[in-house]
Amino acid sequence: MSILGTRVLRTEDPRFLTSGGVYTEDVTDDRLAGACHVFFVRSPAAHARIGAIDVSAALSAPGVVAAFTAADLTDLTAIRPSGKANKRMARPFLASDRVRHVGDLVAIVVTEHAYQGEDAVELVDVDYDPLPAVVDLAAAASDEVLLHEEAGTNVAATFGDAGALDEHLFDGCEVVTTRTIVNQRVAPAPMETRAAAAAWGSDGRLTAWIPNQGAQGTRAGLARLLGVPAGHIRVITPDVGGAFGAKFGADPEHALVAWVARRLGRPARWTETRQENLIAMTHGRAQQQTVTIGGGRDGTVLAYRLEIVQDAGAYPRIGAMLPFLTILMTVGPYAIGRAESVAKSLVTTTTPVGAYRGAGRPEATAAIERAMDLFAAEIGMDPAEVRRRNLLPPFTEPHRTKFGALYDTGDYTASLDKVLAAAGYRELRREQAQRRARGDVVALGIGLSSYVEITGMGDGEEQPPEENATVEVHPDGTATILTGTSPHGQGHATAWAMLASEQLGIPVEKITLKWGDTDLVPRGGGTGGSRSLQHGGSAVRQAAQELIEVARERAAGELEANPADLRFDVERGAFGVSGDPDASVPLTRLAEQERLLVRTVFTAPGATFPFGSHVAVVEVDTETGKVALRRMVTVDDAGFVLNPLLAEGQRHGGIAQGAAQAFLEEVVYDDDGNPLTASLADYPFLSATEVPSFELADMQTLTSYNPLGVKGIGEAGSIGATPAVQNAVIDALAHLGVRHIDMPASPQRVWQALQAARESA
Amino acid sequence: MQVELGVNGEHRSDDVEPRLLLVHYLREVCGLRAANVGCDTTSCGACTVLLDGVSVKSCTVLTVQAAGQQVTTAEGLAAEGELHPVQAAFRQEHGLQCGFCTPGMVMAAVGLLSENPDPSETEVREGLEGNFCRCTGYHNIVRAVLAAAAGGVPAAGARAAATARTPAAGSERAQAGQAGA
Repeated sequence: MSILGTRVLRTEDPRFLTSGGVYTEDVTDDRLAGACHVFFVRSPAAHARIGAIDVSAALSAPGVVAAFTAADLTDLTAIRPSGKANKRMARPFLASDRVRHVGDLVAIVVTEHAYQGEDAVELVDVDYDPLPAVVDLAAAASDEVLLHEEAGTNVAATFGDAGALDEHLFDGCEVVTTRTIVNQRVAPAPMETRAAAAAWGSDGRLTAWIPNQGAQGTRAGLARLLGVPAGHIRVITPDVGGAFGAKFGADPEHALVAWVARRLGRPARWTETRQENLIAMTHGRAQQQTVTIGGGRDGTVLAYRLEIVQDAGAYPRIGAMLPFLTILMTVGPYAIGRAESVAKSLVTTTTPVGAYRGAGRPEATAAIERAMDLFAAEIGMDPAEVRRRNLLPPFTEPHRTKFGALYDTGDYTASLDKVLAAAGYRELRREQAQRRARGDVVALGIGLSSYVEITGMGDGEEQPPEENATVEVHPDGTATILTGTSPHGQGHATAWAMLASEQLGIPVEKITLKWGDTDLVPRGGGTGGSRSLQHGGSAVRQAAQELIEVARERAAGELEANPADLRFDVERGAFGVSGDPDASVPLTRLAEQERLLVRTVFTAPGATFPFGSHVAVVEVDTETGKVALRRMVTVDDAGFVLNPLLAEGQRHGGIAQGAAQAFLEEVVYDDDGNPLTASLADYPFLSATEVPSFELADMQTLTSYNPLGVKGIGEAGSIGATPAVQNAVIDALAHLGVRHIDMPASPQRVWQALQAARESA
Repeated sequence: MQVELGVNGEHRSDDVEPRLLLVHYLREVCGLRAANVGCDTTSCGACTVLLDGVSVKSCTVLTVQAAGQQVTTAEGLAAEGELHPVQAAFRQEHGLQCGFCTPGMVMAAVGLLSENPDPSETEVREGLEGNFCRCTGYHNIVRAVLAAAAGGVPAAGARAAATARTPAAGSERAQAGQAGA
């Protein structure tokens, strides 16, 4: 029986459970002996001119080695946004004349010991001359207060022509409904905050230990920020305590730790505090969306428009560009005859926005799934029925949407039917009706979402997605895999070993996976966008298969046989000759004679499009507005499932994060741009009491884009769950006249929506 | 100031700063780095250890407050090369992903089960409310704790047993070794 598709326990677990992972702060290394500790002085003001910065008191504090301000950074140049974002919105490493968000970098204090740094940063005296904060997107759009005067605008990027919208888009629709909805800002908040450790060798090379999602991309980022060739940098990836999209590449802080180490001629380390993390690690989502949907009273949706305003935060980063992905996925799994989407990204005096689990696609799904329910409510039809009437029919040949996405395979109606059956949808509706009839103060809500998302994207169609792998069999019967992907919880060490084991017959526990050291693995795309298994895993399988062929040639020489006559016996890990039971040569012997390894690159024809349907069941206390999530039933079809244990774990985590956005989590600023959620005591991070156990139904529609038939599963949960839970909360209150509640559906917001509905009734 | 205490069964006497937090004492003085610091507000529980058998957040205990008491960390939960039943259950049920919250979560679970050996799912969730995890959605953590409570940590299942017997401090250090490469 094949090991593929089975619940193999993780080989990486024992050390995590006993001695604990070795995260960046835990790394002990001779090169880091005597490391100093870097602390950042951050702006307490959202928007201000900076006057004098006085570091003298800090310099005389115990243990302080040095203090630096912008004036010291003569060898670093301001960071220009990448991509199509406005290049005049530059970000200084340390603020010299102006700060643009609470948490903006102002100065550096370096100390011998960590506790001394916490004391000394308080002693740096900075004059802040306040400027008006720009928190609201309307205020940003007005350009009355500019964050980057040299840009002359707060618009960081535009997508499509907002002035050229089709005024006839909704012609012929019996019903048209429109609503502006908020896809609020949330914090990725991985359990391990950001960190760095840096040491320069006598050869002038930097070794940097940084928690990241792809060492090669982090090295490229560091090279760009520091202005040194990538070849002069070695990035080593310790264990990474979660990332969720926010640890790709390199941040200014990482580069500054390396800069300090070079300037002082001694190794330097930094570990972000949680407060820093919540105001300075990139946030996610942060879109304001206007959805307009029209169609017939028979439930057919004829036209859909999505207008997006993306809050980019103070400095354009990847978040400013993510509307590109939202637009790409505008119509989701539906066949809608006419659709259009435009977007603009605006800078505000808030923390920069980046990628967060799903990165642009959850926003598209949330918009259309909310629109579907608005449309269903408008025509008085069951939301499941409206979806069923508009889903694309099943397809096995790629389907091109008018936004350019090429869906590989899909059966969206099947996933909807499956989840409705698993949830007992009809019984739930019956119970809801009974509660309503008896006037129960605890209302039952049933929310749906159907989604299709995009995983494993390349850099455009000219640059198809690829990943490399190296597999080596050793004389002692063990094997080593090198991968360009970069696990941080997903279980690659086990999954990649399963793939090699299947081909080579070497037990999983004898296969070691290595990654994240750029000297060992110079190329690689890392782990993000749910790409790893379909590209990195396929590369491992391909490498192992190619290794067998290399070994076959050598074995043929050994056995003086025709290679074509040799049969590889996976059970024994040896080649044999047909018809000659005595002639046999194991891989281990071949490895003794000469290193037995293969490096290969797997190239996929394109991205894959996993899909699914979620049902959320909530109870809403109509007297207090409190929402309780009772059930989450999901179908998440990502093709073949290599290891159900790991795939389910990915779904659970995504569902929880997605649900948390719907009814709990939100980064909040006051009108002056002060963050009100700058600690885990204030940010409503999801806990175990706020979610139920999840009910997962299995469905596997294979893709032909890789030999495994797999698509990405890492972000599915966070894409499907958010609108399902939001729709469930609104559904619970639909009979009271509530049509929409923005996320998160906090007790206050729910109660206010109920009051408003009662008043207008 | 001088402090005497037990750490994982070993008697220790150290000169510490009065303000030194127990988590930093364990990490920096004792070199026991399983317990992590995940926040600065006693919210996340990544630093949870046992103090005389009761789970505490070691970021909110001064080292000097632990004087005369026994501290147990994830490193001291089981004999070298073995997994405590709660650790084994976490592995069996896939109750960990990135691992950062794991040592604290396991210690909190051990503390919970010592107070309530037969908890309901709701009691497990309430008992772990102060321990945050960003990866698992808590689903498999709850299953692991319930499985450990039921004594349902199987030694069977051919493949599971083969991998479960893998020693805790052998080849698994590969990644640690890589980090120090």
